[in-house]
Amino acid sequence: MTNVMSAHATAPAVSCRGLVKRYPDVLAVDGLDLDVHPGECFGLLGPNGAGKTTTVEMLEGLTTPDAGDITLLGERWGQGHDRRLRQQLGVQLQETKLSEKLTVRETVRLFRSFFDEGREVEAVMDLAGLQEKAGARVGKLSGGQKQRLALACALVGAPKVLFLDEPSTGLDPQARLRVWEIVEQFKQLGGTVILTTHYMEEAARLCDRVAIIDHGKVIAQDAPAALVDSLGARQVITFTADGDIDQAELAALPGVRSVIRQSESWVLNVEQAGPVLPSVINALAARGLQMERLSTHQATLEDVFVHLTGRGLRDE
Amino acid sequence: MSNRRLPPLVELTLARILEFVREPEAVFWVFVFPVLMAVALGIAFRSQTGALTSVALLDSGPPAARAELEKKLRTSPRLQLRVMNEADAAVALRKTRVEVIVGLDPSAPPAPAAGSAPPALVYGFDPARAEGRAARLVVDDVVQRAWGRTDAVAARDGPPPTRGSRYIDFLIPGLIGMNLMGSGLWGIGFSVVSARVNKLLKRLAATPMRRGDYLASIALSRLLFLGLEVAAIAGAGRLLFGVRIQGSLAAVMLVSLLGALSFGGIGLLVAARPRTIEAVSGWMNLVQLPMWLLSGTFFSYERFPAFALPFIRILPLTALNDALRGIINDGSSLAMVWSPVLVLVVWGLVGFVVAVRIFRWQ
Repeated sequence: MTNVMSAHATAPAVSCRGLVKRYPDVLAVDGLDLDVHPGECFGLLGPNGAGKTTTVEMLEGLTTPDAGDITLLGERWGQGHDRRLRQQLGVQLQETKLSEKLTVRETVRLFRSFFDEGREVEAVMDLAGLQEKAGARVGKLSGGQKQRLALACALVGAPKVLFLDEPSTGLDPQARLRVWEIVEQFKQLGGTVILTTHYMEEAARLCDRVAIIDHGKVIAQDAPAALVDSLGARQVITFTADGDIDQAELAALPGVRSVIRQSESWVLNVEQAGPVLPSVINALAARGLQMERLSTHQATLEDVFVHLTGRGLRDE
Repeated sequence: MSNRRLPPLVELTLARILEFVREPEAVFWVFVFPVLMAVALGIAFRSQTGALTSVALLDSGPPAARAELEKKLRTSPRLQLRVMNEADAAVALRKTRVEVIVGLDPSAPPAPAAGSAPPALVYGFDPARAEGRAARLVVDDVVQRAWGRTDAVAARDGPPPTRGSRYIDFLIPGLIGMNLMGSGLWGIGFSVVSARVNKLLKRLAATPMRRGDYLASIALSRLLFLGLEVAAIAGAGRLLFGVRIQGSLAAVMLVSLLGALSFGGIGLLVAARPRTIEAVSGWMNLVQLPMWLLSGTFFSYERFPAFALPFIRILPLTALNDALRGIINDGSSLAMVWSPVLVLVVWGLVGFVVAVRIFRWQ
């Protein structure tokens, strides 16, 4: 188990400065700085198209940045040590389809063969909960099992740094939970994790720190709880009304910390929903308006994102 | 299942072999299809030695003269005679059910007396077909001898050639060559491009795997199937048609190996860049088309105009077919087929080297 406090004193496991990647039609990454400490699980949280995948693929040495500087485990890509560097990395890419004709065991064996040092094939299949599927063809696996196999292939080289790109996207809640448990085991052994996600629950559960990414930039960076605290609000009221109301009027109501118009809805970040709700209903009634589609919940990372961008994480 | 760790090149090669044998359709196209094709073509073009010449005798003209002609024609064991009217005969000729039509010449003056007087004849045949031209000569020879012509020069047939002279003997080496080309190009093209589409190449590139190992495993796995491919076709030729390998088996295998490697290099080159299966299929067809047409798999490329021959001979499939025919049909040694072998080696090397340089991993 790595001591997080002392880890901060040492050099970052992964760091980048001023990372830029431009594609013909879009500026995917726009001057991004990150420092990921050894033993830390670091999350890149943001909507689709925010530049998360491009960022991790540059860190993984699969995509060459247009500008900026990357250091991994004290080395840089393209200086003649790439293979040595790759020996220490575990990678799970978004949407990789492993060969459907091979079995689980054959696939893990194949990936094991690429690494000089690593774990036993059987042990990794155990870790990923694939032991009973060891002889099954990859094509016959469920989505969750395929994702755990992808994790097994990433872990079989006993990496120091594990990159996970949307590790639980498209999985049902139970399958997602199993993926999280595997990542947590890796963390407990002191591994460093960098993961991208657009699920706030995933970021909140797995990550020690989160960078919120939007349009290729880091717009906020901290521990998940600290980011939520930065809202200055513990609860969130969301509603729609059947007519227009002034944003300043809502913001002036006692107990309201901030107000955001998110397409049709009003989003009020508040200390406590209970005392605020009657005054919101009264303010609407004074204008002859009715409240529709009301909900309240505890503030989350999603609300931080909405607060910073005016958009939801899963908005298109 | 052993726990012994194997080198990545071996694991990659094993993985590719397993992928292949677990794809029943691929097995069919590589092993079964060419054998079926050899059987079908071998039967369709089976050796015609001693076969009869089919002749249509027209039923028109003076009945007595026609009956006399029919009687004379029927004495020859070389002819298969059918009597029909003019319209039917024309159809039969067009469909090559008969090779020649023979009838009494209606424009000739009537014979002075029925019986043994020689008639005037008209032949109908397709002068563009060698079979038609030969059939006319055979029938005319029968008629002329029947009415008393004698040979001025004594002649007899020598023994028939025994070595690799039938169509099936010509065909089998060509089928081996064409199959090595097809399985080399398609086998490599599809699997590499689908690995690229599925981002598997990118995933592999993210491991410490040596990229050359991946490319080499593709070539190596081809070699292991090569023996089976060649054995399937050559074995079917031997068992069903008695096609014998006149040269050494080792030379056949070595040339097949070079051919497979050569098409492996070319396949890798074709698959080096395309991002979709559709794109790579188009390129595969473009690469193979000239060789299907020109490389003399089904008929000799010597029939093409002389100026085209140097170009045709440097196509890799032509080189492979020439080398295989030299060894299988003519009993040549490796040294005697060095020039097509050199052509193969150059193609394979150029393909592999360029492919490695331009290969797209993602």
